[in-house]
Amino acid sequence: MFDLLGTTLASRLLLGTAQYPSPAILADAVKASGTAVVTVSLRREMAGGRAGEKFWSLIRSLGTRILPNTAGCHSVKEAVTTAKMAREVFGTSWIKLEVIGNHDTLQPDVFGLVEAARILCEDGFSVFPYTTDDLVVAERLLEAGCKVLMPWCAPIGSALGIVNITALRSMRGHFPDVPLIVDAGLGRPSHAATVMELGFDAVLLNTAVAKAADPVGMARAFGKAVDAGREAFSSGMLEPREVAVPSTPTIGRAAFS
Amino acid sequence: MKLMVNGEALEVAATTLAELLAVLDYEGDWLATAVNSDLVHKANRAGFQLSDGDRIEILSPMQGG
Repeated sequence: MFDLLGTTLASRLLLGTAQYPSPAILADAVKASGTAVVTVSLRREMAGGRAGEKFWSLIRSLGTRILPNTAGCHSVKEAVTTAKMAREVFGTSWIKLEVIGNHDTLQPDVFGLVEAARILCEDGFSVFPYTTDDLVVAERLLEAGCKVLMPWCAPIGSALGIVNITALRSMRGHFPDVPLIVDAGLGRPSHAATVMELGFDAVLLNTAVAKAADPVGMARAFGKAVDAGREAFSSGMLEPREVAVPSTPTIGRAAFS
Repeated sequence: MKLMVNGEALEVAATTLAELLAVLDYEGDWLATAVNSDLVHKANRAGFQLSDGDRIEILSPMQGG
C-alpha cells in the first residue's frame, strides 16, 4: 500500500493510456499491471463525434484513480486552461502538469512549469509537475505549493532508462520526505526496479508498455519490477565491495595437502 | 457570426455557447469548453454570449501518458 497525497493506493506504478493497439488491450494491460492510477488527456472533439465518450466510459470501467495531464501545452496559459478543463471533465483536482519547452526532447520548460504550478496550486489543484532532475527547480516547485515531484529519467518515449543516476540519487537525498515519482524515459522493467531500489516512491510510464510486442505481458512485468524494487529498497541492500568475500563459511574447511 | 471552433473557421447563427454546441451536434457531460483561452464552465454555457471572432475550444477525454 502506498499513501499519495492522502490517498491509499494499492500499487506504486502509474500507467499511461496512450498508444495501445486497441481499447481492449489497454484495459487488459491496466489490470495486469495492478496500477491504481492511470493518466489521461484532453483533445479536440469532432463535431457530432463520440470518441471522447467511448474512451471516458472505458476509463471509468477500470476503477482506478485518474491523473489528467496537460500534454502538448507549450505555454503557462495553455497549461492552466487545460488543467481547469480537465478538472471539470474528470472531476479530480489532480493534474500532471506538463509545460513543454523543446520540441525535440520534450524537455519541460521549467520556468513556465513553476509559474503554472503556482497558479494551479493557489486554485486548489494537487499538481504533479513533470520536471527535470534539477534540485533548484525542485525547490521552486515545492515553494509554489507542489506536494509531489515527477522528475524525468530520460526524454519521453525514449526508453533510454536512467541517464543520470547520480542526479536521481541526489534528488532522493535532498527531498527525503517528498513523494518522488520517476516519470518518462523508462524502457524496461529493470529500469523501473532500479529507480525503486534508489528509494523513489513510484514510477509513471506509458510507451514501454503500450508499444511492447505484448503490452499485457509487459504491464505485468513492470508491475512485478516495481514491487521487487520497492521491497529491495525496504529490505536494506548490501553496498558493493571491491574485493571478494566468501559466502561459504571457511571455518572447518578440510585440508587435503 | 464568424467563429473559430477547434481551429476551424465557421459562420453560425448561434449567439450563446450552449446554442453553438447544439447547432454543431455536440452533447454530453464529458465535454469541456473554453472561449478565447479561458474555461467556460458547463453551467455558464447557456448564458455565455458569443462575439464575432471568438475562438472556441471543445475538448473531450482522450488517451494520455
